[in-house]
Amino acid sequence: MTCFGKHFAMAAAAATAITIGTASSALAVELEFYFPVAVGGAAADTIEELTEQYMAENPEIEIDAVYAGSYQETVTKALTAARGGKPPQLSVILSVDMFTLIDEDVIMPFDDLVETDEDQAWLESFYPAFMENSQTGGKTYGIPFQRSTPVLYWNKDAFAEAGLDPETPPATWEEMIEMGKKLVVKDDEGNVQRWGVRIPSSGFPYWLFQGLTTQNDVILANSDGNETSFDDPKVIESLQYLVDLSQKHEIMAPGIIEWGATPKAFFEGQTAMMWTSTGNLTNVRDNAPFDFGVGMLPANVRRGAPTGGGNFFIFNDADDEQKAAAFDFVQWITEPEQSATWTIATGYVAPRPDTWETTTMQAYTSDFPAALVARDQLEHAVAELSTHENQRVTTLFNDALAAAITGTKSPADALAEAQQKADAILEDYR
Amino acid sequence: MHRREWVYGWLFLTPALVFLFAFTHYPAFNTILGSFFSTPRGRKPAEFIGFENYRDLVADEVFWKVLTNNFWFALGTIPISVALALVMALWVNGRLRGTTLSRVAFFAPTVLPLIAVANIWLFFYTPGFGLIDQLRSGLFGLPAINLLGNSDTVLGAVIVVAIWKEAGFFMIFYLAALQSIPPVLREAADIEGASSFYYLRRVLFPLLMPTTLFVSINAVINSFRLVDHIFVMTDGGPDNASSLLLFYIYEVAFKYWQTGYAATLTVVMLVLLSILAIGQFFLFDRKVHYQ
Repeated sequence: MTCFGKHFAMAAAAATAITIGTASSALAVELEFYFPVAVGGAAADTIEELTEQYMAENPEIEIDAVYAGSYQETVTKALTAARGGKPPQLSVILSVDMFTLIDEDVIMPFDDLVETDEDQAWLESFYPAFMENSQTGGKTYGIPFQRSTPVLYWNKDAFAEAGLDPETPPATWEEMIEMGKKLVVKDDEGNVQRWGVRIPSSGFPYWLFQGLTTQNDVILANSDGNETSFDDPKVIESLQYLVDLSQKHEIMAPGIIEWGATPKAFFEGQTAMMWTSTGNLTNVRDNAPFDFGVGMLPANVRRGAPTGGGNFFIFNDADDEQKAAAFDFVQWITEPEQSATWTIATGYVAPRPDTWETTTMQAYTSDFPAALVARDQLEHAVAELSTHENQRVTTLFNDALAAAITGTKSPADALAEAQQKADAILEDYR
Repeated sequence: MHRREWVYGWLFLTPALVFLFAFTHYPAFNTILGSFFSTPRGRKPAEFIGFENYRDLVADEVFWKVLTNNFWFALGTIPISVALALVMALWVNGRLRGTTLSRVAFFAPTVLPLIAVANIWLFFYTPGFGLIDQLRSGLFGLPAINLLGNSDTVLGAVIVVAIWKEAGFFMIFYLAALQSIPPVLREAADIEGASSFYYLRRVLFPLLMPTTLFVSINAVINSFRLVDHIFVMTDGGPDNASSLLLFYIYEVAFKYWQTGYAATLTVVMLVLLSILAIGQFFLFDRKVHYQ
């Protein structure tokens, strides 16, 4: 072939490739979808499998599922991309970041995408406890997906050894102290070998602490996200209880307790009870070398727990076709069958009642009833603490809790200070 | 002729200058400018607010706390890591048995990424079943200790990690300097009957001064720059007890999204580092003996 002929052939091939390329992209709607993974293991694989399955059923939609790190990294990445003018069209982000995303004007309400009565019914099909963190001003901005709630895990062997009924976890704050005292084991030198309970407090102590405040019948922030009640006497009382667990009753290790090491400490028998996310359920089931129980958090004035975890958000920069495709994908992945696959793989709480009625879930829960505890606790659950400029406000609150836990400030002083600073920030949003 | 050289000079400089301006001067200038503007949010654009960010800075307790922490962090890491580097270099410079092994051992922490180092130390520090507690209870029957979970001990704990990480790196520079010192000096000292300590103090130290200057400037910069382990180990907690200036800047910029205020904090850091670097050059330079 002559030199000229060669070039001509290449140009022709390139031209064909370009034509094919444009033809297929004219058909396909492309979506970029960021997702975080907070619990490790099967979560990332499961999301990718589900996405693949959706694309196989809907060839006209192309979804690029991007693993974006932890929750914190995902929201940072999404906001940075939005500021750079190239946001994803869809992302799973902590439900509490809703106000931040609205303030940055990057997300849109799902209500705007509702067309049929069916869509509307779908929008109303989730547990109300999960919707508290997903709605504001009468609009729904987030759809619950990888949602969790904290539960109490207890070591049945340790309970039996301490002369307690291994089938009954503490039901009240007082019982937790009484049982905790019996469960503490010390060696000859008086060093503690096993603590009674472990409530992790590193990084984001506010989440489990919100369990205590809810049980003490107080709400930390209003639903408009512009008022907090950090210095309410009931909040102070709750913090005093938490501090007393280590300082007065000596049933919990003093100082800040690491989240990451908590399941391990439980497996090693260094604590007889732990409070942690239901997202750890599969991990505990696979690794605990003893019989364990899962129960609701103990009650004080009432039962209570916060919800937690991530929601789907649709970004407003997307074009109409992309928005419609994103809406359809979110509807599909929250359908009972897909949602059941996800819950069984991770331990996250399925966010719709009808998921629990599927045969897959029925089989799973009859084999492993502990998975039902988190769902049953939902009726007592409240919205996770969320405000405008959420990261700033919760950091203030976390710092106050850490100061009280480490003993540098009294609960009352620490919380009064946090409330004052939170007011200064939230003033602009009232 | 002269004019031509002028053109050539600039032509040679251009590639370097382009990068220097694009990645150093332009961002620095932009940061200083940004520190006089409010943070844009949603549809609300940035507004010129004069020195308001600087007034907030003076009133910000957390800023003063992280600055104090950074001062102690610098004071804890710089002298110890430099001294340790020198001791290790002198040690492995000799002709003892197993020198290669010690050199590798001392240098290994430098090769590891700081994130990995932090994870290793996180395990060492874990109360109950971490390495330190296993040794404490196994050997001495002492109770568990929560070094990272206490405001009094957490900064010390992260300082140790930083020293462990950077001493080996500085050792390499000292080792290179030691290897380049002519052996005749040692022989002359021996003939004159100088003791080892005298030789160390009056011959080696002065000859190592240029390296010490270089290493200590790096140590100062690192004391502001090494924050990766904070992310892994403490997240700045408890109650900002282990938060450092750069870590706080990251939090303000990418967690709170107060970009205007983050620019202000960055200006403070730029000014601090410039003062330290200039001061070091002028003060130290007089005492440095270049061969």
